[in-house]
Amino acid sequence: MKFYDALGLEPKLALDLDDLKKRFYDRSRQWHPDRFSRANSEEKQRSEEMTSMLNDAFRTLRDPVSRAEYFLRESGLELPKDAPPELLEEVFELNMALEELRGGDESARGQLVSAQERFAAMMGDADASLAGLFAHYDEKPERAMLDQIRATLNRRKYVSNLLRDVEKELNVHSAN
Amino acid sequence: MSTLQIDFGHAKPRIVGIDLGTTNSLAAVMDLTGPRILSGIVPSVVSVTESGEVIAGAEAREMLITHPERTVYSVKRLMGRGVGDVQEELKLFPFHVVEGSESVLKLQLGDKVMTPPEVSAYVLRKLKEDAEEVLGAEVTQAVITVPAYFNDAQRQATKDAGRIAGLEVLRLVNEPTAAALAYGLDKRKEGLVAVYDFGGGTFDISILRLHDGIFEVLATNGDTHLGGDDIDNLLLNIALEDIQSEWGEDVSGNAGLVQLLRRAVIQAKEALSFAPAAMIDLEYGPRTYQREIDVQLFNRLIEPIIERTLRPCRNCIKDAAITVEQINETVMVGGSTRIPLVRSAVERLFRKRPHTELNPDEVVALGAAVQAGILGGEVEDKLLLDVTPLSLGIETMGGLMSKLIHRNSTIPASETELFTTAVDGQTNVLIHVLQGERELVKDCRSLARFDLKEIEPMIAGMARIQVRFLIDANGILNVTAKDLRTGKEHSMDVKPSYGLTDDQVEAMILESYDKAEEDFKERQLREARIEADAILGAVDKAKEDEAYQALAEDERSTIDRAINELRLAYHSDDHLLIRDQIEKLNQATMALAEAIMNEAVGKALKGTNVNAQ
Repeated sequence: MKFYDALGLEPKLALDLDDLKKRFYDRSRQWHPDRFSRANSEEKQRSEEMTSMLNDAFRTLRDPVSRAEYFLRESGLELPKDAPPELLEEVFELNMALEELRGGDESARGQLVSAQERFAAMMGDADASLAGLFAHYDEKPERAMLDQIRATLNRRKYVSNLLRDVEKELNVHSAN
Repeated sequence: MSTLQIDFGHAKPRIVGIDLGTTNSLAAVMDLTGPRILSGIVPSVVSVTESGEVIAGAEAREMLITHPERTVYSVKRLMGRGVGDVQEELKLFPFHVVEGSESVLKLQLGDKVMTPPEVSAYVLRKLKEDAEEVLGAEVTQAVITVPAYFNDAQRQATKDAGRIAGLEVLRLVNEPTAAALAYGLDKRKEGLVAVYDFGGGTFDISILRLHDGIFEVLATNGDTHLGGDDIDNLLLNIALEDIQSEWGEDVSGNAGLVQLLRRAVIQAKEALSFAPAAMIDLEYGPRTYQREIDVQLFNRLIEPIIERTLRPCRNCIKDAAITVEQINETVMVGGSTRIPLVRSAVERLFRKRPHTELNPDEVVALGAAVQAGILGGEVEDKLLLDVTPLSLGIETMGGLMSKLIHRNSTIPASETELFTTAVDGQTNVLIHVLQGERELVKDCRSLARFDLKEIEPMIAGMARIQVRFLIDANGILNVTAKDLRTGKEHSMDVKPSYGLTDDQVEAMILESYDKAEEDFKERQLREARIEADAILGAVDKAKEDEAYQALAEDERSTIDRAINELRLAYHSDDHLLIRDQIEKLNQATMALAEAIMNEAVGKALKGTNVNAQ
């Protein structure tokens, strides 16, 4: 996988962030266009290619979620776009509460605040289970594990969207 | 003649760092001991005299009062912009825009028509000449700073200005980043630094992580249309209204008076940073206008402007994915940060006292010189990792913008996209490239249209053209296309939405050579000849003196020979040879000069004696 190659890493799902940062800085020092301002155009172009790749790689790999998404894509797994079915009821109630608050019904606020807390906790859970799954997969790379990671990522993404919507609505109405 | 000249002092040409500001510009260079400002501040003002000569700097600033309609200031606000973008400022500017130009503004100054990059080039040329004077060597390469929030067209326009001025622009550096570089240079600084840069016409906020010599920008935000100019305009409007009611006359159309009033307003504004009240004081012929402004009123006026800087700050903190508490230092840059209300607003937002010990007018130029040192290889332990301030994308179906490179991505950043044809036999594909954060194309900034042309006619969807979008270390977009079927580079036409095409810039460079004030060598030569004229004239005169007749025969012939040799050298194009001969003539006439001097002193002494008796 080219992003791992760019930083001289084995393709693993769990990464040491300090090590990642150090690799990124060291390689940037070596390849940045600033180091090639008096070089010929071929070398300049190579430096630009190397650093833009390095920058992409670092940006993608430093965040566990985008790293896992990249890893899955490179492993030939597309990310699903459907809502996780176990959340349907939750979403239905949330939409009602959002409607009520928009309509000026302040009693819905408490419900939304507790939903906000619940979603934040779900995000934390998802992050923790991802970390566990990463370690498992790195030790024993099984396809089934990737499917689990994929499902967890999908759920996490969906919850993060819900959280964003709730927070936006709560902010808008507290501002007024 | 074969003289081998070895120049020990300048093994490598010096790269200068230039802060090309809205109000003032400044150049600096990296020395062994650190960055150093070269010569003085150059006001970013350009004027065309009645004889058609273009002047820049302090001289041009004086012309603002006497010839406002042929003088440009704050041209940075017009860089890389279209006519539609700048209607508001044009109302306030005394100069005129030529009608009929859409993508490039053209300004009418006297009988000259100039684009903003050409105007800026005159400021740069002045800085270049001043720098050459101080360094005693030609300057051809520069690092120029730009507001971090400048878009692609504004950056390109700045680079064009450099080229027109005869400078190879090795790098555009973001102003707040340059300031951080100067700030973190000597000190072993580590941690998170916020740079609040509030200048004459633009506002930037950048948050950086300093670690082991690496200056990594985490996020940047800003407003390229917000600065001290806006504060001036508020005060100016108050004064104009006052004058209308006092004099019973609308004077806003009197450009000379408005510029004089602007100057008075700026003086009052600057005084208000140190005093509880200040006077706007105008004398215009026999008429006068005076008005006291106190700090309370001033603060009330500028509060909305300061508030407009705080929103980008909050967004920047959010984009950097940090909390305010994590920021270790806040650095203040730009003249407008001298205003106490600005300082207190920043202190409140960042919850710590901002650094104000650096000279906010010089720190950006000093940082640019450090970056010049990095590029020149003199500074080896520092590295800047900057970001692109705006997302880059392309237009897709339904007038939507599809993002390819997100804002705050570390640059250089690149993305490839595969394009194909939609109908059978289609021979070209148009790509509309945009910059901005909004979803709809109409809310984003159009950068350029690329036409992938001469596609071999084939069935729809068969063509495979890979287009690579690269934002380079200057924050400028480069686009290349490859035909994956042939593996060859695919040609395309580029039509920038705002700004000059390459051909236009080339034409301006040629034109500037035609009209340019002489280059460095010519100037050296001219100066040497002036000196030669002076000494030849003096020696001619001395030959009429009795002291000359009193010289020995061989002394007189030495002088004559030196004169002849200088006259010969005078017509060569080597200023060093002329200076050598001047020196020889100096030596040859030493005794003569002494004799004349003694004679003069003798006469003078006699004179005093007479008077004393």
